[in-house]
Amino acid sequence: MAVSVRAAATPLDVGRIRADFPILSRKVHGKPVAYLDNAATSQKPRQVIDAMSRVFEDHNANIHRGVYEFSETTTAEFEGAREKVARFLNAASAREIVFVRNATEGVNLVAYSWGRDNIKAGDRIVSTVLEHHSNFVPWQQLAKDVGAEIVMIDIDDDGRLRRDQFTAALKGGRVKFVAITYTSNGLGVVLPAKELVAEAKAAGATVLVDAAQAVPHQKVDVRDLGADFLVFSGHKMLAPPGSGAVWAPEATFERMRPFLYGGDMIMKVSVEKTTWNELPWKFEAGTSSYVDAIGLGAAVDYLEAVGMDKIHEHELFLTGYVLPRLEDVPGVTIYGPKTLDDRVGVVSFNVEGVHPHDVAQIFDREGVCVRAGHHCNQLLMAKLDVPATTRASFYLYNTTEECDRLIGAIQAAKKVFGV
Amino acid sequence: MDDMYRDYILDHYKNPRNSGDLPGATNTYHDTNPLCGDEITMALLIEDDKVKDVRFKGRGCAISQASASILTEEIKGKSLDEVKAIDRQHVLENLGIPISPARTKCALLGLKTVKGAAWGLSEWPGDANTAGIASGKE
Ligand SMILES: Cc1ncc(COP(=O)(O)O)c(C=O)c1O
Repeated sequence: MAVSVRAAATPLDVGRIRADFPILSRKVHGKPVAYLDNAATSQKPRQVIDAMSRVFEDHNANIHRGVYEFSETTTAEFEGAREKVARFLNAASAREIVFVRNATEGVNLVAYSWGRDNIKAGDRIVSTVLEHHSNFVPWQQLAKDVGAEIVMIDIDDDGRLRRDQFTAALKGGRVKFVAITYTSNGLGVVLPAKELVAEAKAAGATVLVDAAQAVPHQKVDVRDLGADFLVFSGHKMLAPPGSGAVWAPEATFERMRPFLYGGDMIMKVSVEKTTWNELPWKFEAGTSSYVDAIGLGAAVDYLEAVGMDKIHEHELFLTGYVLPRLEDVPGVTIYGPKTLDDRVGVVSFNVEGVHPHDVAQIFDREGVCVRAGHHCNQLLMAKLDVPATTRASFYLYNTTEECDRLIGAIQAAKKVFGV
Repeated sequence: MDDMYRDYILDHYKNPRNSGDLPGATNTYHDTNPLCGDEITMALLIEDDKVKDVRFKGRGCAISQASASILTEEIKGKSLDEVKAIDRQHVLENLGIPISPARTKCALLGLKTVKGAAWGLSEWPGDANTAGIASGKE
């Protein structure tokens, strides 16, 4: 989705939003916390915390099992959360939503269940240097096991995908599968996912879109996108860790074998033979993280009430605020696009003479939380030719004051290191 | 926390002692710390069971590089047995700064490479965590 917002002001009432997040009033080392590590995980609003506490305090029971009120209420909330996620993504039905613990488990579900039956020796799998390890390593290992070949697509100097390479890879033939991220967690670049999906499908490939950094930050419409699979994690979108989903059309899920075997995912078991439960439960073996899923439902409610378009605009507003200020600091190198086109609020940078981990450590003293490291993006770090970067990433509750503190913390780090 | 980047730590980081190649090195060991992307290659010249000379090359965070630099000063001239006996507690105390659990691996990478070289290893046997050298996880 191409977005070209040039907001001079935020469309959000950030003060009101912040009041919903108890953790944001905490102090760290005597300073108010400036939480700028949202690409790693997000904080949780009272509404999500309460929805989860309510289950434990009021009607906790295992789902799909009891015929008593607690179990029925919990099951209804769990399945209600699935309906909310389906609506949020504009899926055709809740049967297209399989709950998993996180995006990583979602990718592995597809790799084990679909991949092992469909990707054969000599087939090609196309992926990109922007992938998080969770959307690369499963495919790399599958390719090794079955004798398939991985074709990697590079980025240009601005961090944008090399479309020419992508097109050439598809033209090269034998491409069975394409595993691409919607949004880079390392650089904040949003890929033209819809176009890439269409191109890949026209070439006969099956496509998985890793939307772990997209679903939390912009409106994602699975029917409009047209991919075969989409995965995301709840914890990056105000929901608890342990929640997430794989989306696929029913017909695709129907043709796939289960991923994990055990309770809840079966219809009938005899010594000779087992038949599988209906969708989506066929893919949900064992007791699910049902309270986490209910938390995800509450997070979806919260995000929808605020409005995904406004959240996206707010993040671009903050990015537009921070980029020129960062560029003005001598010795700072920014990685990724310097404009607001097709990006989200993820800003990766390095300070000359100070290792990213030392930067983050000094930031901590200032109460500023950022991520330093390779961001599970070692392919990207190799491409950028750096061992690590410092990354600030924004969400709906961040403010321009926090951006100012980020810049101030860089000055503090430079002072400590005398650079 | 304020004490982490003391002057002598920054000094060792910016002006590492015993840094560079060691022609004629008898034992060399290389290792990395994936958390920070730290890298250290430790080269020892061992004669008569003594560390006659030592040099290291590396890149990474201030803690990893300063710790390695400090360690090279300490082991020069020591017997192999003495070097093999240095433990993590000693290195952390010697650094003299508070090290958070997340940064322990940085602080101990130098020790790991010194041990690897002293024992004449080419690869770390088994899991460094169980060997009591490194700790902390990404
Ligand atoms: C783009 C992207 N994909 C996948 C993941 C993996 O998410 P999780 O650790 O929740 O499985 C992340 C998380 O950092 C991510 O940013």
